[in-house]
Amino acid sequence: MNLTVNGEPRAFPPLVHLAALVSELGLDGRKVAIERNLEIVPRSAYGKTRLCDGDRIEIVHFIGGG
Amino acid sequence: MDGSVHTEDTWSVAGRTFTSRLIVGTGKYKDYAQNAAAAEAAGAEIVTVALRRVNLSDPSQPMLVDYVKPDRFTFLPNTAGCFTGEEAVRTLRLAREAGGWDLVKLEVLSNTKHLLPDMEETLRALKLLIADGFQVMVYCSDDPVYALKLEEAGAAAIMPAAAPIGSGRGIQNFLNLGLIIEQSKVPVLVDAGVGTASDAVLAMEAGCDAVLMNTAIAEARDPIRMAGAMKHAVIAGREAYLSGRMAKRTYGDPSSPKAGLI
Repeated sequence: MNLTVNGEPRAFPPLVHLAALVSELGLDGRKVAIERNLEIVPRSAYGKTRLCDGDRIEIVHFIGGG
Repeated sequence: MDGSVHTEDTWSVAGRTFTSRLIVGTGKYKDYAQNAAAAEAAGAEIVTVALRRVNLSDPSQPMLVDYVKPDRFTFLPNTAGCFTGEEAVRTLRLAREAGGWDLVKLEVLSNTKHLLPDMEETLRALKLLIADGFQVMVYCSDDPVYALKLEEAGAAAIMPAAAPIGSGRGIQNFLNLGLIIEQSKVPVLVDAGVGTASDAVLAMEAGCDAVLMNTAIAEARDPIRMAGAMKHAVIAGREAYLSGRMAKRTYGDPSSPKAGLI
């Protein structure tokens, strides 16, 4: 399936939900925040948020800043 | 230490009470380990953090939260890089989801050269954030008129820039800073522009509740040592402020008695 993740269009194997994408990307879901099509997905909902072809996903985390 | 009794000197913002009056940033360090050591040496209880896209090409990169730990420091997510109220709201909603914090630092910049805040947009963003349930510490210009507007809109703290972010030039307008401190009922922090320890002392002597800095520590030759210097500077400035300094005189006044001279 095709998703745009952090602004980059990418092809993925079929992913049932957001939790599968987090795992596919090798990320720790406890340390990130995610938007799907500009809407924040609560961490507790990763396992039940279905992904559709063309979804735009933003995955962010804290970094150093002033 | 001298046997006299001091009540503990704390300050509060948005219902949270802190002992340290030095907030440090977490940007520009050599690595997160040095960053964590500097925050410890500064005695900081609050650290500012930024929110950015995860690097998907290397998910094994070190992460800030593994070094500067959210159970040790109160994270103050910022809106660095935002130029509109909507961008700030989007960023801080994500920050709230990433860590659950509602205490945030708002900064809405006007341009990428001097990094001074766009106060009209800052005020608009503040109102949006407050409507969304955030407690907002606001980076602002040293304009007492806008500072009052921010407070009236519900800012949790007023944080005027001493000088442009990362400029290290110290407090440029003591008169305005003094007016802001005098009029504000919420905490006032100098945020941005501190260059060295004496700048922090002067901010605290002027009556600020706390000081926020990043570059002055991170770009020192020895950041960890400078973090310690800043810790002492903030304490010294605060103690001097509470002590009430002597009056200035035009002429000298001998410290040794004039009577009894041989």
